[in-house]
Amino acid sequence: MDRRKFGTKFFTLVASSTFIGAWLKKATAQSSGYDPSKHYYGMGIQINKCIGCGRCADACKDENNVPKEPFFFRTWVERYLIKKDGDVTVQNIDKRINNTSENVTEKDILRSFFVPKLCNQCDNPPCVQVCPVGATFKTEDGVIIVDEDRCIGCRYCIQACPYGARYLHPENQTADKCTFCYHRITKDLLPACVEVCPTQARIFGDLRSSTSPLGRFKRLNKLHVLKPFLNTEPKVSYSDLDGEVR
Amino acid sequence: MTQPVHQMLYELLKQATGFIYPNEIEVHWGILVVVYPYLTGLVAGAFILASLVKVFNVKEVQSVYRLALLTALSFLLIAPLPLLLHLGHPERSFEIFLTPNFTSAMAMFGFVYAWYLMVVLLLEIWFTYRKDIILWSKNESFTMRWIHKILSLFSTDISEKATLFDKKMVKAITIIGIPSAFLLHGYVGFIFGSIKANPWWSSVLMPIVFLFSAIVSGIALVILIYMVVTPSRKQKIDMACLDKMASYLFYAVIIDFSLEFLDFIHRLYESEESIKILSDLVVNKLFISLGIIQILLGMLLPLGIMVVIKLFRVDAELRKLLYFVSAILIQLGIFATRWNVVVGGQMFSKSFRGLTAYKMELTGIEGLLMTLVLLVLPFIVLTILIKILPPWEHAPVSDLEAVSD
Repeated sequence: MDRRKFGTKFFTLVASSTFIGAWLKKATAQSSGYDPSKHYYGMGIQINKCIGCGRCADACKDENNVPKEPFFFRTWVERYLIKKDGDVTVQNIDKRINNTSENVTEKDILRSFFVPKLCNQCDNPPCVQVCPVGATFKTEDGVIIVDEDRCIGCRYCIQACPYGARYLHPENQTADKCTFCYHRITKDLLPACVEVCPTQARIFGDLRSSTSPLGRFKRLNKLHVLKPFLNTEPKVSYSDLDGEVR
Repeated sequence: MTQPVHQMLYELLKQATGFIYPNEIEVHWGILVVVYPYLTGLVAGAFILASLVKVFNVKEVQSVYRLALLTALSFLLIAPLPLLLHLGHPERSFEIFLTPNFTSAMAMFGFVYAWYLMVVLLLEIWFTYRKDIILWSKNESFTMRWIHKILSLFSTDISEKATLFDKKMVKAITIIGIPSAFLLHGYVGFIFGSIKANPWWSSVLMPIVFLFSAIVSGIALVILIYMVVTPSRKQKIDMACLDKMASYLFYAVIIDFSLEFLDFIHRLYESEESIKILSDLVVNKLFISLGIIQILLGMLLPLGIMVVIKLFRVDAELRKLLYFVSAILIQLGIFATRWNVVVGGQMFSKSFRGLTAYKMELTGIEGLLMTLVLLVLPFIVLTILIKILPPWEHAPVSDLEAVSD
């Protein structure tokens, strides 16, 4: 084969494979049937329904390859004890990191409740604002995720998150956080924490839909978000939220 | 040996008090991130001192002008190293330049830095030294001759017109340089000051406080280097120059102290929901590093010493000793300032209900030994720079005439 022929063939091959590749990609995207522009996700949490069983945190760790050690959480549950004298004790329900040895007797307690926490998937996310390389970003369907192939591990996003929702994955050395189980929701499944919750304290769905369980939850409850004064505009909202919760 | 992260975290957990979010036990920005603003502060301060000579024509400080420039350069070359070492994925750090996120203060790092290094410092040094380098290269050994020829970018014009142009350029660059030096350290303050989630950092005063503490540390550093290098060259210390630098240092410390005090009063007076945990932080965790080292030893004591020097007639020998001690104390104080900002800002939970702890390793990338290496490295670079570009040797005028003939 002379040089000219080889050149022509080579370029034809490159051009056609690029075209076929693009076509295949498009075809598979269409075949999965998922269109991000048709969704805008959020979560509702009913404090009064949470029994502090912690199955959500366990399920999340299993589903998302979160280290089992108790210093790395995409979601966790806090236990609030508000005493009659106004004192507030907060604990993590994971016994391994519950370092308060305080014993509170039942008659001292004014009220107590559990608060599940996770990434608030802010509409105005400080973590996205500060990421120097754009590794953390907001998808079209409103979920904040981290591209672990791009993250440089500077941890600026961890500093910027007001909710302590991010950690540095000890193996990947990249930032990690709740993604609403993005790999599941794009297949029309529920996030792992929502699916395992025995009391349906967590409600996941489309914020724009008024007929979905999330729409109903929003309609029937007075809702609050965490740290509203920071103007992060969380897409995770709570019903029956106590003022002590931050 | 470095322990696995979780083992270290189990140990830290024992020292945590109150409630902290579960992901907060690890202090993410450690000693290396303390070193970074400390080094850039020295750069900005040394450059601003050098600029005083050119812009305001302060004759007394003329003799340290070049030394201050080289000091700024050597610290600027090393300053990004601690950040690079701290990254989880240092091999991807170039992405900051290739695909920067323009809303990120940290991404702007590369641009501010490149501007300062390439446009301000290197150009100013080049124009300052150009004539001398050309003249030095005339009668030198082979290696040095070629080093100087390359450094002069093979320019040979030392006519009066050309040297006059050099002078003009130096002045122009200095005028651009001063706001650039302010920008360099202002933006480091902004990296912290813009984190609204952290009440210890989030303050509009942060860039300005950073800036003035930078000026303080930079002037003190040049004083120290001048006082060590001059006797080692068997030269006499120029007391007029030293007094002038100390005078600048004195005023800079007063401004820095006032700003920090203002910040403190402002926080206390506004007293937001974070005030309880911040008082806990100051009283329990930062008492020694903030109260004793930063304020008492690093600020009030040197201020007192300098007031005594100003009020009473202190003879030159004692004055030298007092200046030296004050400059060292100030370095200690400014390092503590960086520590208190960076580490202090991560010791309390963003739930405002508890405090965590920080334990520095001895070895390993984020350890004490590495920190010491990073703090010594700029001095090694400076020694090499001084060898190549001696700041005190000017080509004799006779040489200039001989060549131009």
